[in-house]
Amino acid sequence: MKRSLRTTVGLACAATLVLFTACSTDPSVTPPEDNDTTETESSGEWFDQELFDQQYEQRSVEPEGPADQPYLQMIDPEMRDTSEFAAEGAQKACFANASISNPWRQTGWITMNEQLQVLQDSGVISEMETRDAQDSDDTQIADIDYFISEGDCDAFIISPNSTAAITPAVERACETGKPVIVFDRGVQTDCAVTFIHPIGGFAWGIDTAEFLIDHLEPGDRVIALRILPGVDVLEQRWAAAERLFEEAGIDAVDHFTDADPATIKNIIADELAQGEVQGIWMDAGDGAEAAIEAFEDAGAPYPVMTGEDELSFLRKWAETGLTGLAPVYSNFQWRTPLLALEMIFAGEEVPAEWVLPQNPITEAERDDYIERSEGMPNGHYAQFGGEDLPGFPETWQERNIP
Amino acid sequence: MKALIAKLQRLDTTVIVLIALVLVLALSAILVSTVGRNLLSPGNIRDILTGMSVLGFVAIGQTLVILGGSLDLSVPYVVSLTSLIAAETMNGRTGMIVPGVLLALGVASLIGLANGAVVTFLRVHGFIATLGVGLILKGYLDTTYKGTAGQVPWEFQLFGATGIGPVPISTIVMLACAGFVGFLLARSKFGHHLFAVGGNAEVARLSGVRTRRPLIWAHVAGSFFAGIAGLLLASRLGVGSPTVGVQGSYDLLSIAAVVLGGTLLAGGRGSIWGTIGGVAIFAVLDNLMSVMQVNPFFKDMVRGAVIILAVAVYSNRRIVARRERFTSSGREVPQLTEEGAR
Amino acid sequence: MTARTDSRIQTVLRALISPKGAVYLLLIVLLVSVTAIHPSFAEPGQLMRYIQRVAPIAIVAIGQYFVIVSGEFDLSMGSLVTVQVVVAGTLVGQDDSRTVPVLLLLLVIGVLVGLVNGLVTTRLKVPSFIVTLGMMLALYGGVLWWTGGAATGNPADSFRQIGRSGIHDLPVIGLLPWSVLILAAVVAIAAWLSRRPFGKTLVAIGDNPSAARFAGASVQRTKTMAFVLSSMSATIAGVLLVGYAGVHPSVGQGYEFTAITAVVLGGVVLGGGRGNVWGALAGAFALETLFTLLNFTAVPSTMRSAIQGVIIIAAVAYAGVIFKNRRAPAAVASDPPDAPGMQQATGEAQSTESAGSGATRNHNTKEN
Repeated sequence: MKRSLRTTVGLACAATLVLFTACSTDPSVTPPEDNDTTETESSGEWFDQELFDQQYEQRSVEPEGPADQPYLQMIDPEMRDTSEFAAEGAQKACFANASISNPWRQTGWITMNEQLQVLQDSGVISEMETRDAQDSDDTQIADIDYFISEGDCDAFIISPNSTAAITPAVERACETGKPVIVFDRGVQTDCAVTFIHPIGGFAWGIDTAEFLIDHLEPGDRVIALRILPGVDVLEQRWAAAERLFEEAGIDAVDHFTDADPATIKNIIADELAQGEVQGIWMDAGDGAEAAIEAFEDAGAPYPVMTGEDELSFLRKWAETGLTGLAPVYSNFQWRTPLLALEMIFAGEEVPAEWVLPQNPITEAERDDYIERSEGMPNGHYAQFGGEDLPGFPETWQERNIP
Repeated sequence: MKALIAKLQRLDTTVIVLIALVLVLALSAILVSTVGRNLLSPGNIRDILTGMSVLGFVAIGQTLVILGGSLDLSVPYVVSLTSLIAAETMNGRTGMIVPGVLLALGVASLIGLANGAVVTFLRVHGFIATLGVGLILKGYLDTTYKGTAGQVPWEFQLFGATGIGPVPISTIVMLACAGFVGFLLARSKFGHHLFAVGGNAEVARLSGVRTRRPLIWAHVAGSFFAGIAGLLLASRLGVGSPTVGVQGSYDLLSIAAVVLGGTLLAGGRGSIWGTIGGVAIFAVLDNLMSVMQVNPFFKDMVRGAVIILAVAVYSNRRIVARRERFTSSGREVPQLTEEGAR
Repeated sequence: MTARTDSRIQTVLRALISPKGAVYLLLIVLLVSVTAIHPSFAEPGQLMRYIQRVAPIAIVAIGQYFVIVSGEFDLSMGSLVTVQVVVAGTLVGQDDSRTVPVLLLLLVIGVLVGLVNGLVTTRLKVPSFIVTLGMMLALYGGVLWWTGGAATGNPADSFRQIGRSGIHDLPVIGLLPWSVLILAAVVAIAAWLSRRPFGKTLVAIGDNPSAARFAGASVQRTKTMAFVLSSMSATIAGVLLVGYAGVHPSVGQGYEFTAITAVVLGGVVLGGGRGNVWGALAGAFALETLFTLLNFTAVPSTMRSAIQGVIIIAAVAYAGVIFKNRRAPAAVASDPPDAPGMQQATGEAQSTESAGSGATRNHNTKEN
């Protein structure tokens, strides 16, 4: 046994050396041709004045497209030709999903599958093969590489788990010559046919912070409940809000909660013990109920609050009658990639960057949304945009996740 | 039948693990072919082996720590930290590859040294010591980094992207490392002492072994290999990431893989190749479930059930088959090196 | 008179700096710090609220104590809490009449999970770390698979009252939360169980399984019972959390590590055989008070985990080192080389002759 082990080690070492000298580069990986992707996003501040200004403007732009189909609307589109991708017959899509680990992604994933059903019935898409990376960059890179070599894909849809890390893999997908659609989080390359996303995190931060500033006085205390650090779409929301709070003289303190209602309640209870809290800001509405209940249990007056279009918040908001706003990170964007694919296969023009509208739900619109979402679970999102799909409403009510 | 069972029970645990791996592969091959895919196609082999590499590195280190009777829960944060150190030091410059690698692995080793020192000198249980060190690293990462940072040069990305046919270089390096560690365990004083300390520290002490030293080295090695995993991830991602370690839940998965590979969680018995077998079983199962497009929540259920069932099979037979390292009178059974060799 | 008072104070002080007292010292320091920063914390009404908040984690820690003192781990507690919370939210709905049947169902689920953990650990000889790790993955994956990730919503208020409300309009304290009463009951039962033969056997098994077996204890039954107790405590915590926090799939996540940390802070030794219920309780309070103190101070939210890490290492090291320095000769003498190891992940139950090969994962053996 000792001898065999020594042999193994010897062989392994020798083999490694030989292989290193004669190593063949993975054909799907090629050296970067230019350096424009380096250092566009690095550690440090999330605040980006240019993006901030751009998204500030986009909030007030009237989107093009049908008003009753927000998932087909676009803001300031620069259309591009896709005739090179036009194809006959049903095509196969490959979807590299980051995860379905939170209610927002789950709701969108259900909607996407219903949309898929429609396109399969109409003969646009033959099947969609999906790999779920379960929140791991490394897994998603492997998933995309697997699709490239084994998937027999006619198109790629990628919802990146993180921006910089997934960029090389997206570039490899582009090099196959098949259309690539990126949605939700972006990547640092414009090789995709279209990048679909709502206006963005800064717009969220601007909408919410302006609402709180309008309803509060300078010197008021705002508690910011954030899920976790380091996720760009969330960090940008806070970066914008923090900047505006600072300018308006609002005293904002941020905490990380992991979206755990017990943690949220403890944090609010401790903050209330230190003095009055006039405002609550959240970077996602998950757990908003617990935050409101903390005020009830402490016998404190309700704060001015921004949550999200998750029904748990909308319902609690209606029940308590507090002054609130439900910003959205448009959940209906999960329908758009498949619809874009339909357009691309038909050779129709699509925007290179497809910016979807992102309209916060105000108090006036709230009850209408609640009524329309009758019977939906609390983790459902009001602006899910799937009312016209055949599975509505049972599929969302029962939350059938494929 | 009885004879077969008896034969099975005499088999080495590592052999059982490898038999289990073959069975899992066979099952996967059948199931994968039902959806019109080939388990042994180049792309699929690469997918499985890529899935093995990172967890494999972490699990090699975890094996050493567990053999010494401790645990390492700080690995996810070490993985993240080293990926960042490497990517920031290199920052896209080819000339900085070597300094980046050395610095990252040096820092990882120092963290391991700290783990080992807290466990041995402050007598804090490995579970708490490494949980605490992990929390400290998490605080540092969360405070210092706001997302991915740095940039590794193209040449360094080759480490993660190059392959011999469908076999990634990183897998080959991982297996070479496993071979080296297996060699150390079987042949070196460190290996013998580690087994002795993990088996029964008191007996080892009375036999003249300095019980602290092997355990400290095991912790250093544990973090060192987590560091290599971090380097591999930096190479694959092209950047450093403060969350990449947590994303893979390398702490619990590596412990599960080590135990799945037949190593006693309490320490003192086990083998590196069993661990690699355990890692491979996880990778094949993950690949199978991904190809079959299994619901991700259901995947977790299957993983949990497989961990329990597989270990139940080994553990049950090990009771009968185990050879004594120390008898109840504390005498050392003269098989120490043989044990380690496996 | 004064001399006696002095000596009494000395006894108390000595007890506090002793390893077993370390957690109480830590708790007192933390409580004093919180009160100093924020005096109204010490008001009776606020304190009751505070105990209400700590109750779930304290109950989980007490359940974890029984498992740890017997030399095992229970990593499935956090996921079990999540399962119970989501099951309650989904099944009770807005129907008050379902409160009692669903409560009974939760208890059945709790007992079942505990039995599976215990039986697989003791009968199939799978290390409890692995059994409960697998159970943790399976339970969490299972409940998300079943609900599609989101529970229907919070259950009827009658169910939530248990964790959220209490007896109103009492003098001095105002509100006496049900949680506080339930915590008191759990502590009382746990303390009573520890004094019973069961509790003593459990500690003996954790200390030295084969000796306990020779003394006539049923290792399998006792350990299985410990796992059932631990799952029951997770169930009770789940019921309280439905009220306190509401229904959400992240409620309970990480509780297993928090509970183990609390138990170890409380002087309970991983590997078994040492510790008591009161230490576990104090550990849970110390940990939660630390979180509160961090909320009260202006520490950046990202640095909190680092501070937590330093404090748990320091507290355990303090107890370990002092314990070692005081008790070293006795400890070594009480654990002679021919005695079987304290904790074996596998196999100690059946093969007495193999008992010696287990690892002695105890503080007093991490020495040279």
